Amino acid sequence: MYAQMVTSEGGKARDEMTPEECAFQDRIDRGERIEPKDWMPEGYRKTLIRQIGQHAHSEVVGQLPEGNWITRAPTLERKQILLAKVQDEAGHGLYLYSAAETLGVSRDELTEMLLAGKMKYSSIFNYPTLTWADIGAVGWLVDGAAIMNQVPLQRTSYGPYARAMVRICKEESFHQRQGYSIMMTMARGTADQKAMAQDALNRFWYPSLMMFGPSDKDSVHSAQSMAWKIKINTNDELRQKFVDQTVPQARFLGLEIPDPDLVWNEEKGGYDFSQPDWSEFYEVLKGNGPCNAERMEARIEAWEDGAWVREGLMAHAEKRAAAHAAE
Amino acid sequence: MSSEWPLWEVFIRGQHGLNHRHVGSLHAPSAEMAIQNARDVYTRRNEGVSIWVVRSNDITASAPSDKGPLFEPSNAKVYRHPTFFDIPDDVGHM
Ligand SMILES: [Fe+2]
Ligand SMILES: [Fe+2]
Ligand SMILES: [Fe+2]
Repeated sequence: MYAQMVTSEGGKARDEMTPEECAFQDRIDRGERIEPKDWMPEGYRKTLIRQIGQHAHSEVVGQLPEGNWITRAPTLERKQILLAKVQDEAGHGLYLYSAAETLGVSRDELTEMLLAGKMKYSSIFNYPTLTWADIGAVGWLVDGAAIMNQVPLQRTSYGPYARAMVRICKEESFHQRQGYSIMMTMARGTADQKAMAQDALNRFWYPSLMMFGPSDKDSVHSAQSMAWKIKINTNDELRQKFVDQTVPQARFLGLEIPDPDLVWNEEKGGYDFSQPDWSEFYEVLKGNGPCNAERMEARIEAWEDGAWVREGLMAHAEKRAAAHAAE
Repeated sequence: MSSEWPLWEVFIRGQHGLNHRHVGSLHAPSAEMAIQNARDVYTRRNEGVSIWVVRSNDITASAPSDKGPLFEPSNAKVYRHPTFFDIPDDVGHM
């Protein structure tokens, strides 16, 4: 997802837990929210920083593929809409960084870890947006997949994270609808426009399925995160839900899911579908996707070129505060 | 030079005359900039008509371990709730 393959620390059986750890797990099992000043196991804190930080980085880096089209949107209205959507994503990054900061890491530390390659962001943002139809596909599929993951996280055990998710979910449905609206317009347009929409779906389908991460039904990390309720569903559950929801939407557009093995399975009440190429996924995570280098360059450039503004505004504020105090 | 902007807590009062409510936090170099940034992030969809910002460092919070001693006394005083009193139906609405 926006946080993929987060390794969790901890993983203790109940009889190995200290009394404090037992009491903590009891609180979570009772459905209580953990708040910043509450006692928590070090593993819970570290895993959350990793997960929320990765989620925040994804929101911010995720602005780049869409920002690519703001100046080239086909109409002024579409341009305003896309601008608002990308601005929302900046806000999502802020909410999540703020949630992570309550765990004792600073915003600058998180940024520096991203820029040093010590933290990750979602694999999906390492794919290019080549045509305007890609902006439709991103809103429809990428934000759609994000919603699948974020809705259950509104019930996550860590209070600030859950509250950030509530705010984010309120805004996401605009994102998905504006994407689908672009797809509808193109699918009903000329033959060339419809072909562009199909091409965008072809390229974004499997990367979207990868967003949920590889199957984690046997993963100890996921088991720990689920015990802590910082992960609510397995990756396979969410992927299945996403496919089942998306197939009819594609049919409505008159577009075809690029999977010859896609078939309704009456028994399970869902579609059978092909897995993405997981070796491609691991390559992208390692930094070898089509746009990894470009994305990191853009983030580093923004951080470095913005330094004088950050420092200058701080110096100005300090000078004014000092003058005020001297009065 | 590290010049991380301080953290501010943001409170917003909505249209309908309710109290200011905590909505989140953000970094800004000064109070004025914090208000500007809060306007840009936290009032994008008619959420409010008034913004307060306060430095996070200036907030004093109760400790979670005090939960018992702080709040227990009021839990015991059930007569503070109107439902404590049985008023016969014949009295009418009260
Ligand atoms: Fe988002
Ligand atoms: Fe997003
Ligand atoms: Fe979004």
